[in-house]
Amino acid sequence: MYTEKVMDHFKNPRNMGEIPDADGVGTVGNPVCGDLMTIQIKVKDNRLKDVKFKTYGCGAAIATSSMVTELARGKTLEEAMKITRANVADSLGGLPPIKMHCSNLAADALHAAIEDYYKKQKEVKK
Amino acid sequence: MSTSKRVYMDYSAGRPLDPRAIEAMLPYMESRWGNPSSLHVFGQEARQALDEARAKVSQLINAEKKESIIFTSGATESNNLAIKGVAYRYRDRGNRILTSSVEHMSVVNSCKFMTTKGFETVFLPVNQYGFVNLESLEKELTDQTILVSIVYANGEIGTLEPIKEISQITHKKNAYLHVDAAAANGQVPIDVKSEGIDLLTLSSNDMYGPKGVGALYVKEGIRIEPLLHGGGQERGLRSGTENLPGIVGFGKAAEIAQNEMQTEGERLTRLRDKLIKGLLDPIPYSFLNGHSTKRLPGNVSVRYNFVEGESILLSLDMMGVAASSGSACTAKTLEPSHVLLAIGLKHEEAHGSLMFSLGKQNVEDEVDYVIGLMPNIIKRLREMSPLTPKELKK
Repeated sequence: MYTEKVMDHFKNPRNMGEIPDADGVGTVGNPVCGDLMTIQIKVKDNRLKDVKFKTYGCGAAIATSSMVTELARGKTLEEAMKITRANVADSLGGLPPIKMHCSNLAADALHAAIEDYYKKQKEVKK
Repeated sequence: MSTSKRVYMDYSAGRPLDPRAIEAMLPYMESRWGNPSSLHVFGQEARQALDEARAKVSQLINAEKKESIIFTSGATESNNLAIKGVAYRYRDRGNRILTSSVEHMSVVNSCKFMTTKGFETVFLPVNQYGFVNLESLEKELTDQTILVSIVYANGEIGTLEPIKEISQITHKKNAYLHVDAAAANGQVPIDVKSEGIDLLTLSSNDMYGPKGVGALYVKEGIRIEPLLHGGGQERGLRSGTENLPGIVGFGKAAEIAQNEMQTEGERLTRLRDKLIKGLLDPIPYSFLNGHSTKRLPGNVSVRYNFVEGESILLSLDMMGVAASSGSACTAKTLEPSHVLLAIGLKHEEAHGSLMFSLGKQNVEDEVDYVIGLMPNIIKRLREMSPLTPKELKK
């Protein structure tokens, strides 16, 4: 059902955890649907210095969360905003069709975290 | 897979054939290929084997005579035949069908289909253990009710329904009782006479017979409309040349089940209770789905808060353990199991459920192995989960 890449990220998730002084936090999904993920970011010089995730969900939800942190780390905020759900799924060698919509939310969580960062920056400037 | 160990605890999804059933079937694939409808000796040999299998299946459920057994392609067909067959035949008596909210999808969808044909279907509520609410049954049972269809034992949470009481209530009105015993047959004793069952669905693979074979018991005097019209096999109720190797294997499996059910049931109950205790006691926020004693001997359904079932199953699979889940993510639909929702679980509780179904080849060492794995699996997933409360993270 899952590719070796998915299973690898499920078994050995990258960047799992929390950033105590995160600059931005994005949460998407709903436990009622069986998926909830939180992405935290640390930004330095417009780049993602650190990205961490926590996820409640199926194997695909955990693997996509792990993968998106790998894809995003070190990227500029603009580059990271361009990471799509499809990029995440492709980097994992594909996902089963039913998982493409329900569990492939990691890119959305990343974008939400970056938007949260922008919002906080604006508040600081005010 | 990170291990060479393999532990199969998903018997409700599929069972191996009993080697004795295979042995019984082989001649009907190799040398006795005759058609039971033929007059000649080849046909008569086949006819005799068909009759013997029918007798064995009828004895397993204490049917009044072997002719009350109609062979089908499996439990799904039997459930369709019972519901549609009774509804179409007795529509002049009424148009109301009662069933429960914890039925197999072949019952659920047959009943729903009949609502497009002018029938009304009521899905009776169940309590937290999955027992059908008998007051609701009594209340909903009207003069228009022609059929009540209730599962003998739920395949997901193992709950054994009070069939005798359901039968007594059903028969206060002019309705028939159909019981889907696919998950229960061969696991627990069933007696259509003493339990007052009018129609009974049976499944061969659930008693270690071949897949693709089942039966419907129809009590003498009850008439049903067939689904398949043709050459008039099975007393005209199920046309089509009989699947003789399958039926012979089914008959053998029924005979074995009758002889060994009690010993095997006691053995499985012991393993089941050990597994339940071992899966729940060491892990906080863990719960049993279904009833602690009124459940199938091999059924273990548990749930863990803050984690999702499929990720538990994948973790088990990595360690060679095959189980199954009530979780949406493993099914074709996104909804959690209707059975888990019917017993009152919240969506997120249903998502955290998983089921082990034990069978003949399971031994105590395997139960110990699974018990040993679970605390670390749940701990790892809870560490990843944003829902886990702080006090559990130490």
